[in-house]
Amino acid sequence: MSAPAFDNKIIKWIDERLPLFTMLEHSTTSYPTPKNLNYWWNFGSLALFALVIMILTGIFLAMSYTPHVSMAFDSVERIMRDVNYGWLLRYLHMNGASFFFICVYIHIFRGMYYGSYKAPREILWWLGLLILLAMMATAFLGYVLPWGQMSFWGATVITNLFSAVPVVGDFIVTWLWGGFAVDNPTLNRFFSLHYLLPFVIFALVALHLIALHTSKSSNPSGIEIKGPQDTIAFHPYYTIKDLYGVGVFLLVFLGFVFYAPNFFGEPDNYIPANPMVTPTHIVPEWYFLPFYAILRAIPDKLGGVIAMFGAIIVLFALPWLDSSKVKSGRFRPVFKWFFWLFLVDCVVLGWVGGKPAEGHYIPIGQAATAWYFLHLVVVLPLLGRLEKPLALPASISASVLKEKA
Amino acid sequence: MLRTILIPAALAFGLAATPALASGGAPLTKQSWSWDGVFGAYDQAQLKRGFQVFHEVCSNCHGLKLVAYRNLKVIGLSEEEAKAVAGEREVKDGPNDEGEMFNRPGKLSDHYIPPFANDQAARVSNNGALPPDLSLITKARVGGPDYVYSLLMGYADTPEGFTLNDGMNYNKIFAGNQIGMAPPIADDLVTYADGTKASADQIAKDVVSFLNWAAEPEMDARKSMGLKVMLFLLLLTGLFYALKRKIWADVH
Repeated sequence: MSAPAFDNKIIKWIDERLPLFTMLEHSTTSYPTPKNLNYWWNFGSLALFALVIMILTGIFLAMSYTPHVSMAFDSVERIMRDVNYGWLLRYLHMNGASFFFICVYIHIFRGMYYGSYKAPREILWWLGLLILLAMMATAFLGYVLPWGQMSFWGATVITNLFSAVPVVGDFIVTWLWGGFAVDNPTLNRFFSLHYLLPFVIFALVALHLIALHTSKSSNPSGIEIKGPQDTIAFHPYYTIKDLYGVGVFLLVFLGFVFYAPNFFGEPDNYIPANPMVTPTHIVPEWYFLPFYAILRAIPDKLGGVIAMFGAIIVLFALPWLDSSKVKSGRFRPVFKWFFWLFLVDCVVLGWVGGKPAEGHYIPIGQAATAWYFLHLVVVLPLLGRLEKPLALPASISASVLKEKA
Repeated sequence: MLRTILIPAALAFGLAATPALASGGAPLTKQSWSWDGVFGAYDQAQLKRGFQVFHEVCSNCHGLKLVAYRNLKVIGLSEEEAKAVAGEREVKDGPNDEGEMFNRPGKLSDHYIPPFANDQAARVSNNGALPPDLSLITKARVGGPDYVYSLLMGYADTPEGFTLNDGMNYNKIFAGNQIGMAPPIADDLVTYADGTKASADQIAKDVVSFLNWAAEPEMDARKSMGLKVMLFLLLLTGLFYALKRKIWADVH
C-alpha cells in the first residue's frame, strides 16, 4: 500500500499518524473493480444500506420500547401514536427487515448463478452465509419484541425445535426461555440479543469486505482480472452506480413503508400475546417460509430440524459441490436451466411454507425439499463433469467488446 | 394506485404474505373507503359520525384503550366536547393526601376508559363472551376494514340444520359462524348531528372508518409525507442516473 500524496496539510498531518485517508483511497479511488459488473452486483451495497437503516432506526426505537410482557405491546403502539415520527421509525424497521432479506437473497442467488463462491472466494462465501445466519437469528428475535400473538407463538414454536435434540433437548429449551415457558425472561434476553447481533453482523460485513478486497469482485464473465485494461476504479464508477441503485431501492422500499406498511406482516400480530389462545395458523415471516417448509417436510421432529439447519449448512460446501471449472452460468448451457429450476424450487418451498401442512401441500413440500438437496448434492457435482461449457472469452475486456459488437 | 402496482410486483418476487383465512366462509364485501389509494384521506365528517356510533353503541361493551380523549380533537371534536366525553366515565385515581384511592371523572389525558373493570367482569356481563378492545381491530383481522364492515352486516337467519348455542347469533363472516355479539346495528340506531341519514349500511361504514382511524391515526400524515418523499426520490434517482451515464461515458 503506497501512500498517496495529499496536498491538504491537515489531511497529510492526520494521515501520517493514522492512515485513514490512505485506507479510503486504497479501497475507493484506487480499488480496481471489473468493468463489466451488471446491476445484479448492486445488491451487496444495497444490503449494507439496509443494515445501516436497521441499526439506526433500531437504536431510536429502543429508546421508547419497553421489554416487559405486560408493557411491550403497548409501548410499540405508543411509539406508533405518541412518539414524534415513531410510526415512521417503526414501519421503516419492520419493512426494512423484509427488504434486507430481499437484497441478501438476490445477492446470494446472483452469487450462485455466476459461481461467485468458487476459488479464491470460498471464505468470502462462508462469511456471507454466516451473515445470513446471524440475520435470521436477529430477525427472529426482533419479531418477538412487539409481543403480539405471532411474536409469542412464533417464539414458542421455534424455541421448541431445540427440544428435538436427544437427551438434553428439554434442558436447552428451558435454558433458552429462562424459565418453563416463553415469558418475561425470554422477552428480556431476546431484546438484549436482538440489540447485540446487528453489531456482530456489522463485524462480519467488515470481514466480508476485507475478503472481497483481497480476492476482488467476481464478475458476469467469471474470468479473473488479468490487468488494468479489465478494471475501473470503484470510485467514481461504482459509487455512482450504487447510489443510483440506492435511489431505486428507496423508491420501492419507501413505497411499501408509506403506502402498504403492513403488507409483509401478519394481522395476528396486532393482537396482544395471549398464552391461553393459540392462533389457528402459526406462520413465520415470509423470509423463513422456505426453511419452515423444509422443517415440516420431514415427518420426524429431529429429522426436520436437521434438514432445516442442513439446508444452510450444505451451502458452506457449495464451492466443492459445484465441480465445474467454469464459474459463470453464462457459459454453462445446462447449469443455467438447473439454476432457474432451483430458484423456482425455493419459491415453491416458500409458498408451501405459508400453507397449512395438509392435503397436497405435504407431497409438494416434500418433493421441493428433496429437489433442494438433490440439486446441491447430486446435480451440481455431476453437472460439472458431464456438461460441455461454451468457449470462454479471453478476458473481461474481450467479453465487454464482444457484447458491444 | 401504487398499491395495485406494488402488490403484484411483490407477488412476482414470491413474497406473498400468507393469509390465514377468516373461517366464516362467506366472502368479504369490498367497500370503497375514502382513504383508499395513494391520495385517499380520512373524511373528517365521517370519522365524527363514526365516533358518535362507537360512543353511543359499541363503547357499552368494547374498549378503545389505545385512543386518548385528547386524540378526539383530531377528528373534529372541540376541546369542550372532548372533555365532556371524557367526563362521562369515572376512573380510579390516587392515592390522595390522605392515602385513599378515589374515583374521579375522566380527563383529556386519559385513554378511553373501558366499560368493564377487567376481562372477567366483561365476560360475566356478556354471556361468557369477551368483547375485544377495538383499538387495532381493523389491523388485527385479515381483510381489515372490509372484514369488520362485512361482519357488522353479516348477520343472517340461522340456516336449516345449523345448531346455534344458547345466547349466540348466526353470522356469515365470523369464524365458526357463531358470535356472542347480538346484531349491533340497525336503521336509525343513532341520530346523526350532521343530518346524514342513519341507514344500517351508513352506520357500519361510519363506525368502521372511525375504527380504522383509531387503528391508524397516522395514515393521513403518512400518505402526505410519502407523496413528497416519492417525488423527491424520483428527482434524486433521475439525477443519479444522469450522473451515472455521464461518469460511465468513457467506459462504454
